Amino acid sequence: MALEEAMTSPGGGTGLDAGRTRKLIADVARSVIDAADELTALDAAIGDGDHGENMKRGFEAILADLDALSAMPAPELCRAIGAKLLSTVGGASGALYGSFFLALAKSLPVEPSRASAAAAFGDAVDAVRARGKSDFGEKTMLDVLIPVQRIFATGGDVVAIRQAARKAAEATIPILATRGRASFLGERSIGHMDPGARSSALMIDAICAQFGEE
Amino acid sequence: MAKVGIVIVSHSPKVAEGAADMVRQMVGEEVPLAWTGGNPAGGLGTSYEAISEAIRKAWSEAGVAILVDLGGAETNSEMAVEMLPAERRARVVVCNAPIVEGAVMAATESAGGSSLERVRAVAEELSAN
Repeated sequence: MALEEAMTSPGGGTGLDAGRTRKLIADVARSVIDAADELTALDAAIGDGDHGENMKRGFEAILADLDALSAMPAPELCRAIGAKLLSTVGGASGALYGSFFLALAKSLPVEPSRASAAAAFGDAVDAVRARGKSDFGEKTMLDVLIPVQRIFATGGDVVAIRQAARKAAEATIPILATRGRASFLGERSIGHMDPGARSSALMIDAICAQFGEE
Repeated sequence: MAKVGIVIVSHSPKVAEGAADMVRQMVGEEVPLAWTGGNPAGGLGTSYEAISEAIRKAWSEAGVAILVDLGGAETNSEMAVEMLPAERRARVVVCNAPIVEGAVMAATESAGGSSLERVRAVAEELSAN
């Protein structure tokens, strides 16, 4: 199914029926939980080494609430996910992902079209920019979110988005970190993938996999 | 007159509590004070909910000055401030100051009856040089 059709097809607020909404949330959560060790290793190299555990804790809390979340319309679902991540993940990641989903909730209509979903995604990325006082090219999750937003807004399909997210996360490897704790390492931050960029890419990959099915 | 409240947010509960002890040594019970440290699971890190609770505890009509250590403490504190009811939001500031010295200086200034702006300025002078 093309992304446009998926986003605008009748059914739940996400353009998906409750069963697929449930699978979408569960798949995104599991993709992060399963990568916890990898995320922790990436963070241990250039940060405080807690990104995997923190994200795992957040998404386990989301899985524990899967029944209630699956029944929610899109804006309410995003608000609930944002609040949950904010209260359970902790640290900068909790606030950044929390801000992302809370902003998404604010902008997303109950029945999103491709265009309104892309616009809401843009608002959510702006919220991360503001929260992190950061922008593209500083070795953060924005290095993934910004190119994905651009492709989403200009009509790219799920294959293009997926590929861009993966490449964008890898492209953080040679960047010198200027934000967050990785910036304390200076030159030594070069040569490592940013853990936040990686976790963002994982989530986008899981979402695209869902919308790319059929 | 209400004294400006002080909130200390560290990644480590020990650092936060220790800094709070140093503040108490200076100003006793004259100034509303709360501290928090640790992530939602109790490990090193910061918790949005714990910070929000600390702001409630240290609340004063004169406002609240928050002292933080590293990035996540600042990001989560700013988030906690933005989520406050509108009538409180403008009276809470996150100071750009070293956590221990900033907390002690800010509390001392607050104990003398200074405004939130003055308390913040005194703490932030520490980062000026």
